[in-house]
Amino acid sequence: MKTEVLIIGAGLIGASTALQLAMRGCSCIVIDKDSPGRHASGANAGGLRQLNRDPAEIPLSVAAAKMWHNIESLVDSDCDVRFSGQLRVAENKADMEKLEQRAAMVRSMGYQHEEIIGKKELYQLVPALSPHCVGALLCRGDGYGRPYHALTAFRRKAESLGAIFQSNTEVYSIEQLGEGWEVRTSQGTFYSDSLVNCAGGWAGKLADMMQDPAPLTAKALMLMVTERLPHFVDPVMGAASRKLSFKQMQNGTLIIGGALVAKLDFATEKTEIDWSQLAQSAKTVVDFFPQLKDVRIVRAWAGIEGFMPDNIPVIGASQQVKNGYHAFGFSAHGFQLSPVIGVILAQLILDGKTELSIEDFSISRFDKQA
Amino acid sequence: MKNHYQLVIVGAGPAGLAAAVTASEQGISCAVLDEQAAVGGQIYRAIESVPEQRAKVLGTEYQRGTALAKAFRESKAEYFPNTKVWSLTADKQIGLLHDGKSKLITADQVLLVSGAIERPVPFPGWTLPGVMQAGAGQILFKSSGVVPSEGVVLAGSGPLLLLLAWQYMQVGVEIKAMLDVTPLSNHLQAMPKLPRALLAHHYLTKGLVYQRDLKRAGVVTKIGVSDLRAEADENDELQTVHYRHLGREHSIETGLLMTHFGIIPHIWLTQAAGCKHQWDKSQQCWRPSHDKWGNTSLQGILVAGDGAGINGARSAEHTGRLAGLQALYALGVISEAERDKQSITERKWVKAERHIRPFLEAYFAIPQEMLATHAKDTIICRCEEITAGEIRTAVEQSHGDSNQVKYLSRCGMGACQGRQCANAVAHIVADAGGLAVSEKSHFRGRPPVAPLSLQELASLSEENV
Ligand SMILES: Cc1cc2nc3c(=O)[nH]c(=O)nc-3n(C[C@H](O)[C@@H](O)[C@H](O)COP(=O)(O)OP(=O)(O)OC[C@H]3O[C@@H](n4cnc5c(N)ncnc54)[C@H](O)[C@@H]3O)c2cc1C
Ligand SMILES: Cc1cc2nc3c(=O)[nH]c(=O)nc-3n(C[C@H](O)[C@H](O)[C@H](O)COP(=O)(O)OP(=O)(O)OC[C@H]3O[C@@H](n4cnc5c(N)ncnc54)[C@H](O)[C@@H]3O)c2cc1C
Repeated sequence: MKTEVLIIGAGLIGASTALQLAMRGCSCIVIDKDSPGRHASGANAGGLRQLNRDPAEIPLSVAAAKMWHNIESLVDSDCDVRFSGQLRVAENKADMEKLEQRAAMVRSMGYQHEEIIGKKELYQLVPALSPHCVGALLCRGDGYGRPYHALTAFRRKAESLGAIFQSNTEVYSIEQLGEGWEVRTSQGTFYSDSLVNCAGGWAGKLADMMQDPAPLTAKALMLMVTERLPHFVDPVMGAASRKLSFKQMQNGTLIIGGALVAKLDFATEKTEIDWSQLAQSAKTVVDFFPQLKDVRIVRAWAGIEGFMPDNIPVIGASQQVKNGYHAFGFSAHGFQLSPVIGVILAQLILDGKTELSIEDFSISRFDKQA
Repeated sequence: MKNHYQLVIVGAGPAGLAAAVTASEQGISCAVLDEQAAVGGQIYRAIESVPEQRAKVLGTEYQRGTALAKAFRESKAEYFPNTKVWSLTADKQIGLLHDGKSKLITADQVLLVSGAIERPVPFPGWTLPGVMQAGAGQILFKSSGVVPSEGVVLAGSGPLLLLLAWQYMQVGVEIKAMLDVTPLSNHLQAMPKLPRALLAHHYLTKGLVYQRDLKRAGVVTKIGVSDLRAEADENDELQTVHYRHLGREHSIETGLLMTHFGIIPHIWLTQAAGCKHQWDKSQQCWRPSHDKWGNTSLQGILVAGDGAGINGARSAEHTGRLAGLQALYALGVISEAERDKQSITERKWVKAERHIRPFLEAYFAIPQEMLATHAKDTIICRCEEITAGEIRTAVEQSHGDSNQVKYLSRCGMGACQGRQCANAVAHIVADAGGLAVSEKSHFRGRPPVAPLSLQELASLSEENV
């Protein structure tokens, strides 16, 4: 099979890239060893968060937020997004100082999306919160969506514009042929002018195959979800100094996360829930919302995600090989960024340059450390 | 409760009790966990407390449980009732809930004897108040003698439906009709299996006696019923049962419809651990793959009883003992020769108990129309209220895999976690793709196996520090 651009990984990053390429008339094939959204993109918590991003990510995240606010015009589906804000709650004075410093830093970069709110406004926003909190950092434009729906919408729109998605196609080896690529897979050999590695937790393996290694670690992140409850909280809740990420979805269920890691056997992709960590999480939730103590957890799961040592992704052209591109290592927060990553990669591939600076995300940043 | 046992047995039905007696005779540390308040499992529910009169009605098969329960009580196995197991991992860590507190324990060997559940079969109106599973009715009767005060329509298929009808008749419950959905073609399919079944003629005789008694009592039985449909009154409660029989539409007014469509293995724990499963075509269900000792694909995790594949209560007792012997052997307590020697009679019994099964499985097979080709408005996932039509749309949009259908439609994501709809969805997905169910994947099982409150989970952080 031959195509202009071959994309490895049918997660949101791959689907978003395919969509932007297809919109610009470029032919592309997205291959996945499993099925679209089988991994992080289908399993994530759906948080759309600009709040508390690494400074390097702020411009991208703000641009992505604009796209999410208009998502229907892009993919013909609202992806079930809600913009109810995201909060980081302060439980004491020290927390509050930390958050104030953060807000000042973001303002000094010229951005206004993170604001401090006091106790009174916090309890107006979240009346159900345990009374001990003192204030919060708030981003009103943040919210959440439904990941698998978003992925399906991106994929279907890309397909309608000619992009091809092929499941059960695992890449075994990659060879540079002149300035193009030969990629051997479980379903035959693909030839392409350009190659994009957005293989999530496996992108390190693919980068090795491209002769352009990067220090990616795959980890399995856990989430749990409860039964449906009457609506009681709007914003997505985080805490200044405790592991908490917690939201009530449209259908009333609560999704509880907080960057907790499950046991992972990477070779077999088997994950095992670490209940003692989730127990801590459950305790944190009950500390903040004591009235939730009898709410039943119906399911817990873990999804495999790629992490970089500095917790920001690798985005850009390969420095070692021709017409090779990377977008991986989103370190647990790539769902929100995905629409803009597609734009960036399409520009990079078709124009050779990008509107937004991606200097901080270069794969070569790790060479210096070595 | 200790933090570690050589053998942990989940389930105190015939399989669990027999295994526990066998294993604890050799002095190993052995714990039996069961969410019920007392021993007996499904068949021998309330066996230690049942009044004599009720025991009589429940029949001689039921009374057999007394001796088993007694032997278990006299054994050294530690018994923990009211203990719900909500998680099991491949390295044999068990998450449980006891006295409102969670705890994680470990075991060298884990024997899962968690029995069977009634096969959920969606049909129009199955979620209405007034429609319930026959098993739930039997549970009420066994444990507290409660029976329907007004008349009941029984519908479905399988020996347990007949048994319940007979038990109800004994205590004077009005049975308005028995609607048997097994098509007449099943009888032909079953005929070649009859000679072997005759080797276990006591089961056949019992079935015939039940049928005769019901007929004598004037109970109308209709065989080959189709298009079963329950309809509600203005209060959204069951009012009428509609069905087709011999080419004609019929209906019966009733406030209570009890259905039963056979039983299937309880596989949530084996799934949680990651054991391999296979589609059993004859029993129309998934079951954990296992060898003749009950070893699953995961080392040190064993299955026996109806949870390993439906073979009935007697067989459960024998396979329980075999798994108990295997656990002792794996623990290094008895030799291979000793295990094999002690297993000879048990294995004979297992084989004998198997005689009747192919016949029963063919005779009571649920017709494909009820399993896969549901009308588009029929609710399949009752937790999330997802219809057959919505599932078929999701099949088209995804690439036709149960798990993708789940993500897209939310079926199987509600409070019961697909325990009710997994089979129906698998049938619909396979049917929509023109494939056999065996070629399609099952919902990935997600723990906890049973719902757990935030506070109950949080209690783990105090318990296991
Ligand atoms: C509702 C129902 C009624 C039945 N009635 C009869 C009958 O009257 N006569 C007959 O011949 N057969 C009956 N059966 C068939 C039944 O499967 C028997 O063949 C027999 O009880 C099987 O024995 P077992 O030991 O394999 O499992 P069971 O007897 O089912 O015992 C399994 C035990 O495991 C426990 N358990 C399951 N999951 C967990 C968990 N997560 N944590 C803790 N404990 C758990 C259950 O509480 C149960 O006590 C019935 C089946 C069902 C589903
Ligand atoms: C539990 C969890 C919660 C999260 N919560 C959030 C959140 O709230 N907000 C947020 O913004 N982000 C969140 N994230 C992060 C976000 O999900 C990811 O950053 C994002 O989905 C990454 O998308 P991706 O396309 O790069 O990866 P993936 O979706 O993992 O896709 C990579 C694909 O590559 C395929 N692949 C791998 N190797 C090969 C090969 N050799 N051949 C062919 N195909 C291959 C895989 O099968 C996979 O489908 C969360 C992640 C997890 C796991």
